[in-house]
Amino acid sequence: MNPVRTVFRRELASYFATPVAYVFIVIFLILAGALTFYYGEFYERGRADLQPFFGFHPWLYLFLVPAIAMRLWAEERKSGTIELLLTLPITMWQAVFAKFLAAWAFVGIALALTFPIWITVNYLGDPDNGVIVASYLGSLLMAGAFLAIGSCLSAATRNQVVAFILTVVICFLLLMAGFPLVLGFFQSFLPQGVVDAIAGLSLFTHFQAISKGVIDLRDLIYFALTIAAWLYATAIVIDLKKAD
Amino acid sequence: MIETSDLTKRYGPFTAVDGISFKVEPGQVLGFLGPNGAGKSTTMKMIAGFLAPTAGSAKVCGYDVESQPIEAKRALGYLPEGAPSYGEMTPRSFLEFVADLRGLVGERRKQRIDDVIGRLQLDAVLAQPIDTLSKGFKRRVGLAQAILHDPPALILDEPTDGLDPNQKHEVRGLINAMSAEKIIVISTHILEEVHAVCTRAVIIAGGRLLADSTPAELEARSRYHGAVSLIAVNTGAAREALARVADIDSIEIDPQDHRITAIPKKGRAIFVPISEALKNQGVEVSQLQLEAGRLDEVFRTITQPHATEGRA
Repeated sequence: MNPVRTVFRRELASYFATPVAYVFIVIFLILAGALTFYYGEFYERGRADLQPFFGFHPWLYLFLVPAIAMRLWAEERKSGTIELLLTLPITMWQAVFAKFLAAWAFVGIALALTFPIWITVNYLGDPDNGVIVASYLGSLLMAGAFLAIGSCLSAATRNQVVAFILTVVICFLLLMAGFPLVLGFFQSFLPQGVVDAIAGLSLFTHFQAISKGVIDLRDLIYFALTIAAWLYATAIVIDLKKAD
Repeated sequence: MIETSDLTKRYGPFTAVDGISFKVEPGQVLGFLGPNGAGKSTTMKMIAGFLAPTAGSAKVCGYDVESQPIEAKRALGYLPEGAPSYGEMTPRSFLEFVADLRGLVGERRKQRIDDVIGRLQLDAVLAQPIDTLSKGFKRRVGLAQAILHDPPALILDEPTDGLDPNQKHEVRGLINAMSAEKIIVISTHILEEVHAVCTRAVIIAGGRLLADSTPAELEARSRYHGAVSLIAVNTGAAREALARVADIDSIEIDPQDHRITAIPKKGRAIFVPISEALKNQGVEVSQLQLEAGRLDEVFRTITQPHATEGRA
């Protein structure tokens, strides 16, 4: 069997070996629902779309995804299994990619379980389902980017708490870079080109673009590149820190 | 064959492994001896392909661990220090995972898994999470993983550490049973193990290879090599008898069990003269034996000068 598939399967199964996975999914679903209905004024706004639902995803992911990602490599290093894994006939890239993919699939499962809200909005009105599909895709891509960042920082330490906090901070900065508040601040003293570049770096900008229902190749490339770059960094960090 | 040439690992200014070269042929069991922090594990990690050497090279069955890492890893079974494994898995699912990564399929996969389960007596714990197993079972799961694909070369980092005497005996039996057709390198700081399993021993301290020979040759370096020890009913009379033997260099008496050890002058045999002297004097002895040498003493003599160079 392909080594990526083997490690992917083991990893994904390991999430469900403890109650943590179920707790995570329940918290994710409750928060996603509560935020949408109470703070997103899902009913009150009287429009049949899922904008309030997806609008909260960056903030939900900001705390929940690093919690998934923190164990990726920190745990392997702490328990010493990293030595076992990397001395089996598998390349570093395969290992990094397989573990990332398993974590991504896990978040994907949690995201897929929000389907009742999709059914609800279709029951209540006549939403543009194309936009909703695009939003789900954008949400999944954003989670992937968060996970890749978390994977790299998890490789940098054997302490999961440190990995968690660092990931939250970096993801927060990358989100905030796209907010009008932050961009307005930069606009006051930087040329427009630089401000656009900062906005272009932001996960938030690209997520917003996709969740409007426009799947632009540039946004897809942005996410693909972000994920690839952070996974590449993960492999480098693992190589550097192996000896500790 | 496992071969290293000038294998070196530096961490900044600190040299953990300093130009180690050796060769192990099939049928040999090489014991790595050395104090803690001597560089044993680092050397093994480099051969296993986990750490990249700073200089020099290592080959497993002809495959260079840096330029052909996958082939080298396929040829090698490796038990890392502490026998790590995924705690939430059961021994069965863990072994299946390793079998899949090792590319074992179909009938052979099943047969190999059954074989190692039988050899390491894991039947009783197959369905328990590894986290809940005793230290001995965890170590056996680690060993099972290492020999699962029946590799031509094996590297076992402290395979018997933390096992009770019975388990140690079993693991040594396992290693001996495999030793005929495999290349085996084990590290240990238990000296009796060297006798029990190794055909060859190297001593490493401060990252350098200080001795490379058979256990018997190492013992011959001991000043106790050829010494005679005895326990006499009357210690005083025995001492008087020994005083008449010319080739004795010195005499030591153990304050606890009054065992007398007579150390010969270099290159002299004293067993026969001593037994005759005792007989002539009519000294009654309950034990009388010829010593081959003491490995622990050789080990200390060789490694002590390097003890201060250890890791900060």
